[in-house]
Amino acid sequence: MRKRGIAPRYGSNSMPLPLLEASGITKSFAGVRALRGVSFELRAGEVHALIGENGAGKSTLIKIMAGAVTADSGTLRVGGEVVAQNSPAIARALGIAVIYQQPALFPHLTVAENIALALEPVGNWRKVDWPARERRAKELITRAGAAIQPDRLVATLSMPEQQVVKIAKAIGAEAKVVIMDEPTASLSETEVSSLFRVIGALKNAGAGIIYISHRIEEISAIADRITVLRDGESIGTHDAAAVNRDQLIAMMVGRGVAAIYPKRTVPIGDVAMELRGVGNRDAGVRDVSLSVRQGEILGIAGLVGSGRTQLAETVFGLTPADSGEIVVNGAPVRVESPAVAIAHGIGYVPEDRRQHGVVLDLPIAANVTLSSLDAVSDHGLIDRGAEQVLAQRYVDQLRVKTPSVDAAAGTLSGGNQQKVALARWLATKPKILILDEPTQGVDVGSKSEIHGIMMDLAAAGMAIVMISSELPEVLGMSDRMLVMHAGTIAGELTRAEATQEKILTLALGHAL
Amino acid sequence: MRRRYGRELSVAASIAVLALALALLAPGYFSGENLADLFLANMPVLLIALGMNMVILAGQIDISVGSVFAVSGIVAGVLSKPGMPVMIAGFGAVLAGAAMGAINGALVAYVRIPSIVVTLATMVALRDGLRWATQGAWVSDLPPGFQWLGLSQSSYPVLIACTAVASVVGIGWGLRNLAGGRAVYATGSNAEAARLAGIDTRLTTFSVFAITGALTGTAAVLNSVRFNQIPSNAGLGLEMKVIAAVVVGGTAITGGSGSIAGTVLGVILLGAIGPALTFLGVSAYWEQALQGAIILAAIVVEVIRERAERMGVMRA
Repeated sequence: MRKRGIAPRYGSNSMPLPLLEASGITKSFAGVRALRGVSFELRAGEVHALIGENGAGKSTLIKIMAGAVTADSGTLRVGGEVVAQNSPAIARALGIAVIYQQPALFPHLTVAENIALALEPVGNWRKVDWPARERRAKELITRAGAAIQPDRLVATLSMPEQQVVKIAKAIGAEAKVVIMDEPTASLSETEVSSLFRVIGALKNAGAGIIYISHRIEEISAIADRITVLRDGESIGTHDAAAVNRDQLIAMMVGRGVAAIYPKRTVPIGDVAMELRGVGNRDAGVRDVSLSVRQGEILGIAGLVGSGRTQLAETVFGLTPADSGEIVVNGAPVRVESPAVAIAHGIGYVPEDRRQHGVVLDLPIAANVTLSSLDAVSDHGLIDRGAEQVLAQRYVDQLRVKTPSVDAAAGTLSGGNQQKVALARWLATKPKILILDEPTQGVDVGSKSEIHGIMMDLAAAGMAIVMISSELPEVLGMSDRMLVMHAGTIAGELTRAEATQEKILTLALGHAL
Repeated sequence: MRRRYGRELSVAASIAVLALALALLAPGYFSGENLADLFLANMPVLLIALGMNMVILAGQIDISVGSVFAVSGIVAGVLSKPGMPVMIAGFGAVLAGAAMGAINGALVAYVRIPSIVVTLATMVALRDGLRWATQGAWVSDLPPGFQWLGLSQSSYPVLIACTAVASVVGIGWGLRNLAGGRAVYATGSNAEAARLAGIDTRLTTFSVFAITGALTGTAAVLNSVRFNQIPSNAGLGLEMKVIAAVVVGGTAITGGSGSIAGTVLGVILLGAIGPALTFLGVSAYWEQALQGAIILAAIVVEVIRERAERMGVMRA
């Protein structure tokens, strides 16, 4: 094994030099601060957990360590030496291996080929030694505590088996720093314990492990130290034995004064929509029951992956429900497609507006009328005058900043694109509007405008379901809150009783 | 709005430059006879390009049109040979084209196979199926009423012109003014967003293929009646001429943006350039190379302009 100054050395104060040390790391994306002066250190032979809410900056931090993203400022030291320039290849050479949540394997190649791609020297004209490749793969898989045939295609492996292959790659790379991003997200309990054995073996071999997870029990079981990130800042590093679950949750959410929300009391009417035991096996949504009334804003909180968006897509007919009942205005309906949902007065403003919300090539006017072409056309013939009038009305009402409704939607800023996506659904005159992350990536001004519009719509009697990862927004705008965990409703909170701590506790899968 | 018609204007300018050169150096090019010949020879490309324009706008591609063209022409001949009225035989050939397009469309939209794969397969299957069925023989000894659709040789071009104008105007107008046309643009620009907006993107995809098939069948009928026998190897390489005209006309190969006006200009430019070379005394062997150069130039200009525009948006 090459030493390269990565192995722990002893300084004057006889403390072992950390394997990896990040100090004062700052990073912004398009003006939004993802990390502000974060410091973090990893010692040899420890499991250091990194926790925080959605968007706290965990992913950005590990991407900087892995060389996938470049920090705006701050220094990264590996084995005591400053890494002046980082890239995925440099990070790998420094002994940093990242096991990302997303499959980072090539499904159409075999296990042995996947491992070889990460480990064997590059050189396009090098002759492949197939038997050696398979032997090496087999040995590494065994060291990772599993038995998988090296000649199997990765596409045929289960999720936990794929995890094992990724870990085998890290072992083979003789990584001193192993970063695991939600490694247990798709594993069963027995698989988790075998993963923990592998982590134990890595630890004993002197590697340091950065462990990211939302599962607090798991962290208490495996971590030696825990660092909490919140809003891009490090809240503190603690010995795992010294903090309990409630303290960790409090550190994750303890946000300062929330922004002012234009919440006001509006009359609440009849039940507009009710879900009775709605499930969708493929989408991972199970047994969801909820109701939303006219004039009410129902907030849906939950961690990324808790099934919030999948629930919305099920209600909207994109992935039709396979169990349960959807009741609109007292009558059960079968929502088999978005067209049916629209006909029943359900609107859905999706999460990722650039990918799913607006059609960037089309003019604003066409975007606004895309879901309500019937209203501006006669037997399929579009009345361009009526279209312009309708689009102009919503552009004015929502204060979309544009010189003309003929401008392509792609020329607008993010906040204004979101308003156009909203306008499209308002044009369908929905009774029930589902908003998925309505203000994500939107500037502060547009954000409060969108909140004001939501209030106006509720006042006009619309039932609004708002999915949001931003706890202050959920608390500030909702009349009632549902928290999702693992594809179903984990709990309900009234506006009076809800706190960030309670929401997060439910979102993490704990009882209150 | 300079941007929206930028490509149409640059293609029109190219045509004007070509016309000017011809007017100065080879005025014989503009004889009525030559222009009529040019028009008749390029009519199939124009009709099929209208359909191809929709297919590409919807984010797909259809390379089977040359084979569909050949099969439809043979169908028209085989039906009219035993004495079926030529109009009805022609209509049958149009239906056959539509059916072949519908098969393409169903495989792409509902079975969800990439269109390049589907239409490559149907291109080969139809072409070789036809070769096997006809043994390479041409359909000849057609009934006297077949040629010129039973019309006089002088009124036939009028019919063709009317068909071409009606198709161009109808499809161009429909793409701009019908809800279905809007669905084509939305599907090609961002299929997922269109689906989330409640548009039936599969039906849209299916329809553009079926319409292209029908237009190809129409082109085949109108073309085959110009001759007294129908070749079984018609339309070889036709798909490339058609796609080239659409792309030169400014329709984004990735879908979602482009216009019928641009496609018409693209057909004119590419159709006029070959014979123009002959008139200008350049070897006709250069025709293909020059067409390739025009296509390449059009795409490079498009990419550069798009990149510049994107930079502009980001700076704004």
